[in-house]
Amino acid sequence: MKEYIIRLVYIEMLGHDASFGYIHAVKMTHDDSLYLKRTGYLAVTLFLNEDHDLIILIVNTIQKDLKSDNYLVVCAALNACCKLINEETIPAVVQQVVDLLGHAKEAVRKKAVMVLHRFFQKSPGSVNHLVSNFPKRLSDNDPGVMGATLFPLYDLITIDVNPYKDLVASFVNILKQVAERRLPKTYDYHQTPAPFIQIKLLKILALLGSGDKKSSEQMYTVIGDIMRKSDTASNIGNAILYECICCISSIQPSPKLLETAADAIANFLKSDSHNLKYMGIDALGRLIQISPDIAEQHQLAVIDCLEDPDDTLKRKTFELLYKMTKSSNVEVIVDRMIDYMISINDNHYKTETASRCVELAEQFAPSNHWFIQTMNKVFQHAGDLVNPKVAHNLMRLIAEGFGEDDDTADSQLRMSAVESYLKIVDEPKLPSAFLQVICWVLGEYGTADGKYSASYISGKLCDVAEAHSSDDTVKAYAVTALMKVYCFEKAAGRKTTLLPECQSLLEELSASHSADLQQRAYEFRAILDLDANAIENIMPLDASCEDIEIDTSLSFLDNYVQKAIEQGAEPYIPENERSGTLNISKIRNHNAYEISTHSLRFEAYEVPKPVVPAKIPSTVTYPTDLVPVTATISEPSYQPSVQPTWPLVPVSDAGSALGSTELKLRLDGVQKKWGKPTYSSGASSSSTSNFELDRNTVNGATKPDTAISKPREPRQSHVEVSEEKQKLAASLFGGTTSRSERKQSGKVSRTTNHGEDKVQSATVTVPITTAAQAQPHPPDLLDLGEPVGYTSSYSSTVDPFKQLEGLLDLSQDVNATAAGTSNGPDLMSLYSDADTNGNSNQNLNPVNGSVNPSKKPALLTKGPSLKDALDKDALVRQMGVNPTGQNPNLFSDLLG
Amino acid sequence: MGIRFILMVNKQGQTRLAQYYEYLTLEERRTLEGEIVRKCLARNEQQCSFVEHRTYKIVYRRYASLFFLVGVDNEENELAILEFIHLLVETMDRHFGNVCELDIMFHLEKAHFMLEEMVMNGCIVETSKNNILAPIQLMDKAS
Repeated sequence: MKEYIIRLVYIEMLGHDASFGYIHAVKMTHDDSLYLKRTGYLAVTLFLNEDHDLIILIVNTIQKDLKSDNYLVVCAALNACCKLINEETIPAVVQQVVDLLGHAKEAVRKKAVMVLHRFFQKSPGSVNHLVSNFPKRLSDNDPGVMGATLFPLYDLITIDVNPYKDLVASFVNILKQVAERRLPKTYDYHQTPAPFIQIKLLKILALLGSGDKKSSEQMYTVIGDIMRKSDTASNIGNAILYECICCISSIQPSPKLLETAADAIANFLKSDSHNLKYMGIDALGRLIQISPDIAEQHQLAVIDCLEDPDDTLKRKTFELLYKMTKSSNVEVIVDRMIDYMISINDNHYKTETASRCVELAEQFAPSNHWFIQTMNKVFQHAGDLVNPKVAHNLMRLIAEGFGEDDDTADSQLRMSAVESYLKIVDEPKLPSAFLQVICWVLGEYGTADGKYSASYISGKLCDVAEAHSSDDTVKAYAVTALMKVYCFEKAAGRKTTLLPECQSLLEELSASHSADLQQRAYEFRAILDLDANAIENIMPLDASCEDIEIDTSLSFLDNYVQKAIEQGAEPYIPENERSGTLNISKIRNHNAYEISTHSLRFEAYEVPKPVVPAKIPSTVTYPTDLVPVTATISEPSYQPSVQPTWPLVPVSDAGSALGSTELKLRLDGVQKKWGKPTYSSGASSSSTSNFELDRNTVNGATKPDTAISKPREPRQSHVEVSEEKQKLAASLFGGTTSRSERKQSGKVSRTTNHGEDKVQSATVTVPITTAAQAQPHPPDLLDLGEPVGYTSSYSSTVDPFKQLEGLLDLSQDVNATAAGTSNGPDLMSLYSDADTNGNSNQNLNPVNGSVNPSKKPALLTKGPSLKDALDKDALVRQMGVNPTGQNPNLFSDLLG
Repeated sequence: MGIRFILMVNKQGQTRLAQYYEYLTLEERRTLEGEIVRKCLARNEQQCSFVEHRTYKIVYRRYASLFFLVGVDNEENELAILEFIHLLVETMDRHFGNVCELDIMFHLEKAHFMLEEMVMNGCIVETSKNNILAPIQLMDKAS
């Protein structure tokens, strides 16, 4: 029976459903034989999750077994508890488990602690009264129990540090004893005393010492001792060192320890092992938070890691760079990140990198120009993975430019944006969010400097709309942009004729299924029929920064409300003060809502809404083009009256007004990052007056006169900058060099030389070392570890590599032994994967029977796998050296 | 909870032992294993033994034809996990005497028992080889 159950385990492990046999596993837990019982428990824990129906059958068995005299039975039951008991069944066993904390056998105590830990994780409420058991167990005689207790304590301390402050002394004491080898020798691992317990203790101390000077001071000595004692030649010694660094960077800093930590990091980074470099980079990222200077001395190592082909290391290094970005090095770092973003194709990490780029660019951008270029790149490559808010910020930046003092720069900026977008727009695959930005900018500023004719721009816009016929949002943006282009033309008094493709586009959209698109198309037509004066009023040039005035108190409704009250309606009670009068206010709500939508209708359609989650789009001000409705079409109801005599605001409008102010505020916050004095003052003013203020500044700043001006210079300066950047990136290793620039420029050249040298030397030495490593071991030994009988393809892949190396005689040996061991496959095929099973059995005989020559053609037909196979084989040689070197006995039976 | 899963996979990508400390459905396990194994098998010896995959960090180590993969969460000390793998192999080596893939295949339950002694609830609770192997030897004697 046992065999069958284990085979079921295999079936599940290989990914096939074995639920038909679960019940037998459950039955086996009742068995009298200890071995069978434990196997039964094992199978059950592997098969079932804690909410499975069969659990209820097992709880009873567990209860019985927890009472057993045989401690091994108790252990088996506790193991099962740890995986199978869910929240509802905790009460059924928890008392027994607590009793077992006092069991004579340390193994039982240890497991009971862990079971309670698990219960605590599952449902803290049910075991809260038992938490005090954990600190008590800390003083257990058995180091295993003590070590296990650290885990629940770590969790508890993570949740709340304060109740455990008094344990600092005991933790330090334990750590000291462990480091002084007071524990039994059996806990040593490679001559290091109980490293895993040390690491856990250091983690706990890091939590306890964080922000607590008194506790931290208690730890300094022991951490210093451990760092001094730790064996830097072994992995485990370095693991402890790394944990010490983490602890040092978390507790109150001590200058002496920081110094030691910096030295340790230097050693990590200098090491040849990628594992240690990885740890070094990670540790550096931690330490840099408290002492930013130490990065300077390691910049070369960091550059090396950045250049490394190893993706894990690279990603870690980017994490470090992200942490150390300043305004001085942001350009290089973000450039690097974008390059990296382009090179990877895993969406998860792409999104992450893209959002980091955006974040850094927003925070540290040296110039708007650079920001726009960077954003273009990010959009182009990460596309729809970018947060749509970013697109709006970008449009806003282009619209508002540098602020009021510098109109030329503004238009330069816009022109360069137009310029770059015209270049990009023809590319076939652009993400939707980016196209929206492009359309908007082209519509707003495409014709502003007169360099491009309206027909050219509108042709491009029509192309966009046609090329992305499935994306309504993009189409809507394109149509609105077209409308603007023609309106500007007409307003300027030039004669305009609608392009034929534009005409057809309009016709198509007028019959569109999307109401939004239809509306836009009809609006477009209607506006085209108006005379120039009217158009100028509807679509003033460069009006995107003007804000529509929103009377948040809705004072124009005062009369209406007054009248309603006179007629006997109940006065409005704000939502948070009201309890049962929902009914009436709902009706009022509705009315108010209707009126407000009516008066602001125009604006609502002006902007496609999916980007901002506005509940009521009508009253939200967008950073895109807002047309001041009030100015042109005079709606008497919407005159901004000065004094809100009626202080009560209908709910919906209060909500939406709130929404819009929030939006406003957020954008202002963004604006502030760009360091414009005007806007920071605007943001600091109270939220309601915000609109007014904004509007004033903008009106002052960007009146139509900015629109027609200087096309030349901006482009040139732009080209220059990007060239410079490219030069920098090409000639240097980028990344950290700008950091050195900040210190002394002489360092830069040194950096490059050294880096290049290093790369060269690396490429030279690599083949030698690998050869050297591969040499001393007979190349066939690793392949023997393989159960050769599985797949014929594997055994055939082995050969050619050896032939390449001229090791024919050896490889024949391999095959001989391979054939020998592969007599087993009948047995093993029981366990081997179902799909390979068929293949291997059929192919096996011919392959084994004939030696090399017959295999070669078989391999050749494999085609693409050839290279893989060679690579893999090379890998085998190199990888296998490591463990056998450290522990020569391992697998030695296989070496023959 | 530090360790999320432990896998042993041979060079062909066939799973030889799998232990998860959080529940995943069969389908999720299969895709996860496929993705991870593909990632790890593609790496060479120079590259570091850590791979990030979704929210996991995978620490892997290779012994002859067998890969040991341990998925941990973010706070875990990678180097320590790397050494934990070695400790596991040393322990199995002491029990089986020159352990190889076949030992694990034919004594799957014993390999699991050892793991159960060493890791509970995703935490490394026992590192003394004597303590790990004592119950297993007792059971062997009894049966």
